Amino acid sequence: MSDDIVLDVRDLHTHFFLRRGVVKAVDGVSFSLRRGEVLGLVGESGCGKSVTALSLLRLLPKGAARTVHGEIELEGENILKKSDREMRQIRGRKIAMILQDPQTSLNPVFSIGNQLRETIAKHFPGPGGTVTQRAIEALRNVRLAAPEQRMDQYPHQLSGGMKQRVVGAIAISCEPLVMIADEPTTALDVTIQLQYLNLLKELQEASNMAILFITHDFGVVAKMCDHVAVMYAGRIVERGPVRQVFDNPTHPYTQALIASVPKMGDQRGRLHTIEGQPPEFSDLPVGCRFAPRCAFAEDKCLSTYPTDFSVGNGHTSACWKLERPE
Amino acid sequence: MNEPLLRVENLRKYFAHTKGILAAKNMGQVKAVDDINFTIATGETLGLVGESGCGKTTTSKLILHLENPTSGKVLLQGKPIHDMEREALRDYRADVQAVFQDPWSSLNPRMTIGKIISESLTVTKWGKRAEIEERVRDLLIEVGLRPEHAQQYPHEFSGGQRQRIALASALASKPKLIVLDEPVSALDVSIRAQILNLLKDIQERENVAYLLIAHNLATVRHMAHQTAVMYLGQIVEYAPTKSLFDDVQHPYTKALFSAVLPDHPDLQNDEIVLAGEVPSPLDPPSGCRFHTRCPFVMPECSQEEPPLRETKPGHLVACHLYPTG
Repeated sequence: MSDDIVLDVRDLHTHFFLRRGVVKAVDGVSFSLRRGEVLGLVGESGCGKSVTALSLLRLLPKGAARTVHGEIELEGENILKKSDREMRQIRGRKIAMILQDPQTSLNPVFSIGNQLRETIAKHFPGPGGTVTQRAIEALRNVRLAAPEQRMDQYPHQLSGGMKQRVVGAIAISCEPLVMIADEPTTALDVTIQLQYLNLLKELQEASNMAILFITHDFGVVAKMCDHVAVMYAGRIVERGPVRQVFDNPTHPYTQALIASVPKMGDQRGRLHTIEGQPPEFSDLPVGCRFAPRCAFAEDKCLSTYPTDFSVGNGHTSACWKLERPE
Repeated sequence: MNEPLLRVENLRKYFAHTKGILAAKNMGQVKAVDDINFTIATGETLGLVGESGCGKTTTSKLILHLENPTSGKVLLQGKPIHDMEREALRDYRADVQAVFQDPWSSLNPRMTIGKIISESLTVTKWGKRAEIEERVRDLLIEVGLRPEHAQQYPHEFSGGQRQRIALASALASKPKLIVLDEPVSALDVSIRAQILNLLKDIQERENVAYLLIAHNLATVRHMAHQTAVMYLGQIVEYAPTKSLFDDVQHPYTKALFSAVLPDHPDLQNDEIVLAGEVPSPLDPPSGCRFHTRCPFVMPECSQEEPPLRETKPGHLVACHLYPTG
């Protein structure tokens, strides 16, 4: 089974080195992705989910941030040991990425065709005609009408949903093993979001690529993911198969997060809230990072960070209340 | 029936679409808001739902007297607001306040929190300095902040706290209506619930009405007494929230509902995936504006514009599928 694993991240630590001190944005994150698996990485802003994604692609801001510890194995090779040149062969070809805002991820002064051909020519060099054919094929795969004509259009001529399809086309054009989708539908309207999620699911099933789906929305997780990992203040606090985590969330943060979202089913009542704010990275609690906001916190929680406890079947949770007396 | 707090009558706002800078050529009109009617009762919430470009924000600007309508009226307690001048308008601004989506751009970074909140009180000569300071203290406590925060600047606060400050400043003049334009969509999930609960508490205490503009249906369900759904500048369905959520009638509303992501992996919706995107408001489709994307389209839909009709008590739908009766 283990040779099914395409991406294996072990004990990843990515720190920002700022004048006011070190910010441990990702502080010991581990997960693995199997071929064709969709893993949801859920958390609120500042929890380190996007920095995790940038670490995988080694696109951290130079000088300010560095992965100081850990391993990222892609098909068995540690990509943290690769040269910049080798990384350029990996980005786009092995790991592709879709970002939140299609407005800023496309270049406004180049045509759609130009931007697609750039990526394809890099990884599949060949005569211009073949590259163009491949580009048109990619646009057809993301169900853009009249792909031949789109090649000559510019981003401003397309709507937000269509632009995000173009971004998707660039990402799948080189048949990556792993796609990182960082909040790809947050900027889209709800009916367009549904179209786009269905499209991603179709593409994923057809190509059997793995997706790391970064989101703050449990609805997106419920619709798209096989597994889910919940992040809080730089660490994964709970992970497991999606149904188990929804049926039986065990970490108090996961429980509170799910309970705080208004549901379609219920009427006006009070929502569950999580008091306070996430901690400052410059001033992290020594124990469990959620303890200052946790309704169940005990002395032990404030002094020692909990290890991952198994709650059965690949479902783990980093919370002391799950420790079973030996 | 008593006069409601706010009444919107046949409201229209067309923007001229021009090309060129000198000798601008008129290229037609964008019908941002096209003949809408609704009312808001004292102390109640109207939820206004729709996708980008449907005219929600233009509607809110018309109500806030930040735009003049092309035709139609907005009446506060029976008085048409766009005829108001000087004192009457100043009183109107005190009565109708707003909280916007982005708490990073809606607070002046160079003013202290105390100054931001008291500004409207100072302008309207609400009272003596000491009284105003007292009021600011009370407002900060009311929105869940501390009186000491009055001396601090916006950059010292998180998004949720800023939204509390924006709310305190809206409440300062004791308004009768607050326009809430996507008040929580820029906030983190765990903070949203805090603000929604706060909004409800304040409504109960102050008996203030809200016009809640939102794209998140669950939020509207949670907050609103009445809900109106807009599509391309028109209201397509308008009903008490419970009636609307229990019995969705308009095909567009159905599509919006089916696009809501499930609360649990086992609860996959019967999806109505709409083809294509919202047509341009420059050249809206003839007849029913939704007919180009409607899965239940009939021949008459492209010919005749369906009026808003009552299909059951208080539940209005603009669709040929529901003839009167």
